[in-house]
Amino acid sequence: MAEATVRIATERLSAMYGKVTAVKDVTLGFATNRVHALIGPSGCGKSTFLRSLNRMHELTPGGWITGRVLLDGRDVYSSKVNPMQLRRRVGMVFQKPTPFPTMSIFDNVAAGLRVGEKRSRSEIAETVEQALQGAALWDEVKDRLKMSALALSGGQQQRLCVARTIAPKPEVVLLDEPTASLDPQGTQRIEELLFTLKQEFTIIIVTHNMQQAARVSDTTTFFYLGGMVETGATRQLFTSPAREETEAYITGRFG
Amino acid sequence: MVGLMAVAVIIAVLPLLLILGTLVAKGASSLNLAFFTELPVPAGETGGGVMHAIVGTLMIVGTACLIGLPLGIGGGIYCAEYPGSRLATLTRFVSDVLNGTPSIVVGVFAWTWIVASQKHFSALAGSVALAILMIPMVTRTTEEMIKLVPHTLREAALALGYSRWRTSLTVVVRTTLPGIVTGSLLAVARVAGETAPLLFTALGSQYLSFNLDQPMAALPLVVFTYATGPYEEWHQLAWATALVLILVVLVLSIAARFATRRKFTQNG
Repeated sequence: MAEATVRIATERLSAMYGKVTAVKDVTLGFATNRVHALIGPSGCGKSTFLRSLNRMHELTPGGWITGRVLLDGRDVYSSKVNPMQLRRRVGMVFQKPTPFPTMSIFDNVAAGLRVGEKRSRSEIAETVEQALQGAALWDEVKDRLKMSALALSGGQQQRLCVARTIAPKPEVVLLDEPTASLDPQGTQRIEELLFTLKQEFTIIIVTHNMQQAARVSDTTTFFYLGGMVETGATRQLFTSPAREETEAYITGRFG
Repeated sequence: MVGLMAVAVIIAVLPLLLILGTLVAKGASSLNLAFFTELPVPAGETGGGVMHAIVGTLMIVGTACLIGLPLGIGGGIYCAEYPGSRLATLTRFVSDVLNGTPSIVVGVFAWTWIVASQKHFSALAGSVALAILMIPMVTRTTEEMIKLVPHTLREAALALGYSRWRTSLTVVVRTTLPGIVTGSLLAVARVAGETAPLLFTALGSQYLSFNLDQPMAALPLVVFTYATGPYEEWHQLAWATALVLILVVLVLSIAARFATRRKFTQNG
């Protein structure tokens, strides 16, 4: 694998809830057009770390951070950065599918296109189609775009959320356990999707499922007790981990 | 146990059925087209209607909605958006106190501040009194409804780069709109039947009036006047008017049902 440029990186990032530290001092870089997996037991801080990257963490009451997050070399926590604009460049898919219940399938995907820069109607329609194709959902919904998003199955809803997230063409896509509430078939569709999505985006996925990390990611980072224990190429981390804790976790001895 | 609960349900529903039954039995015979389209006739004559009071109730309650609903819904959204703020805590406390305040006290308040200072009774004073009764109800139900919207939905909108207020209005409030409308309608139905606050504000009138600055008739006031009057025909009219009042509330509720019917069905 050729070396790729770093799209988003953290420098000594710590994330706190009030006085409780959830992420400690993590320095990590994520290369462009790769799938990066964050693994570790529950409560290890991987989700909080992910939410710090698009400044969602600070919306939690008591949430604050120290350190830096660099997107294309610029600190996203600088006072010049508008967090709303940042979140259009760093999109996020959540654990549970969250289609907007009052909106149609089309309007759900278009939701992110109606904020920020002005777009024409035809431009929106075109982008929605591209996004749905990108999320491998177009063929299933093209005849019922006006229908409620709640009419879709759980797996389809999650792919709809992926479409909604990629429609504004972010640079980075964060996925927080996106398959945790899906059946095996829905999980497989999302995993397949990641392979095509990474050609266009930088992808960071938090997962509980080590097999999933091994299947879909190029690099894997192991978090434990709020700290980063080990990071590296996925194959190497799973076959010959450098640290004892990593080996213990991936062989199922704890977590 | 099931038997006991069935008995409890019957006892709970019985008053409603008895009220409706009595109203229909005693009032329905006086209902005809003239009752809805004509004005009252002098005592002793038969016939006439309560159109002035139907129009009056719609005007007074409508104006109360214009004042009360924006304030109530806005207050509810604020309390839900900033739940820990001092203003929200204060709003909640004041709303709870106001919810328990007898409506006649609100009427006296409106009389003191509007009627006494203007030196004449007016429908607007009645609307203000009813709005004051509506606001706390609407504020509390709006807040409770918004709190039911899952947090994940709010986060999804914020993660798309929505501002906080845009998230709140286009996603959260929009999702909970049927609930807010239902809560508002309950408040409307509740104040539409209020009599005490109108006694010293809108006062009542024998004539058809569209002037909010003047006394105006209202259905509850007509019921009150006719029911306490000395003539048997009046008592008949009071029953019929009470039935109309119930019907107006019923129509409002049904209209709301239609207005808030889900745009989509769950299964497409």
